[in-house]
Amino acid sequence: MTADLHAIDRIMRRGRAITVAGLLALAGIYVLALGFTPAERSQGLAFKILYVHAPAAWAMEMAFVLVGVVGVLYFWLQDARLDIFAEASATVGMVFGAVLLITGPIWGRTIWGAWWVWDPRLTFTLLLYLLFAGYFALRSALRDPVERARFGAVIGIMGTILVPFIHLTVYLFNSQHPKPVIMAPQKSPLPWVLLEPLLLSFGAYTLLYIGFVTTRYGIGLKRAATEARDAE
Amino acid sequence: MSFSRAAVAIAAKDLRIEWRHRTAFATAVLFAVLVQLVFVFSRDGASVSLAALAPTVLWVMLALATVVTLNRAFLLERENAALEGILLAPVGPSALFWGKWLANLVLVVVVEVVTIPLWMIFFNLEPHPRVFGVGAVALLAAVGFTAPGTLFSAMAVRTRFAELLLPVLLLPFLIPPLFFASQATVRILADAPMSELSGWLRLLALYDTVFLALATMLFPAVMDQ
Repeated sequence: MTADLHAIDRIMRRGRAITVAGLLALAGIYVLALGFTPAERSQGLAFKILYVHAPAAWAMEMAFVLVGVVGVLYFWLQDARLDIFAEASATVGMVFGAVLLITGPIWGRTIWGAWWVWDPRLTFTLLLYLLFAGYFALRSALRDPVERARFGAVIGIMGTILVPFIHLTVYLFNSQHPKPVIMAPQKSPLPWVLLEPLLLSFGAYTLLYIGFVTTRYGIGLKRAATEARDAE
Repeated sequence: MSFSRAAVAIAAKDLRIEWRHRTAFATAVLFAVLVQLVFVFSRDGASVSLAALAPTVLWVMLALATVVTLNRAFLLERENAALEGILLAPVGPSALFWGKWLANLVLVVVVEVVTIPLWMIFFNLEPHPRVFGVGAVALLAAVGFTAPGTLFSAMAVRTRFAELLLPVLLLPFLIPPLFFASQATVRILADAPMSELSGWLRLLALYDTVFLALATMLFPAVMDQ
């Protein structure tokens, strides 16, 4: 581990600052979304959960895809810090995944009339979440840090390749889930007054992702440095 | 030694060991029959017919029997550090993967050949040429089950909880092929035209190709000691 303890502290301070900025941005967005944005015509107040749900989905998918991308880089560069980043990203992905899997059923109960609907998109999100739960189960069962990094990278890459199958499912099969029209290249059907807080929320969640991962990465570096010192 | 000869030699070794003991085969078949019984006894006989339940039971049974079968793939090599012996031989890790995967595939297909007729008997399905269609889907699914399964089995065996970890790691990967295969089975059993079936089969074949290639590429990283 090349990073010294002062450098690690600097990384963690930076992570905490970004997290605070992200949380403040989020608080502002929620005040805007709850207090100043009109209710959507067909869904009413239930629509407002979208400001939490959709950005959480974005952050979770970004977190898990980055685990795979960093996994590929790990096999190329063989740098232990990449594995520490992958673990940090996967941990943060699990947190956003939990937000996604809690807010989805709350919205579903109001709109679909059921807490859980076996809709392909919701189901495959759960699958992705369970896949990364397996990633942590495997990591915790391995003692050797090099083996942990290699096997973690393998699961990360395999999991990332599973993601297109999830999207394939969304588009090919008859789904009860609202179509992802927000990300469609054509003009969004959402009026600007509803879309603006959502876009801002995507930004805030991205900021939160960076803040959480940077802090978690610092913790990982510190733990690795302690383990290396104990081993000497 | 060429790639294919090395892979076939490893597969033949594994199958020879299995032929002598038949432990994995017998356990997987027994397990598959028990899974069927569990479903039959836990259903509401008055409202859920055997015919409606049949495709579900088939795919749950085959997926779980595959996990049971795969558990042994690398446990064999743990005894007397046999894996180190193979790695010292002039055999590349990709050939080792293909050998292990071939042996697993053959074993899973043999388990399918025995358990599918039993499933037909238990669920009162008349013998009909369409059973060959179900068999073909089962073969395609077996490729998709065993490709990531062989890779994960090699990783899980390095931990103290191999038997627990393999299902946790593998089952999320089995859900897409399981879904494609069960949808194809429902259509075969309902005598649906090929046009309704081909999409599901193509998805299954795509999944098989992607994960077989990926597992082959990633396996050397798992064996790197």
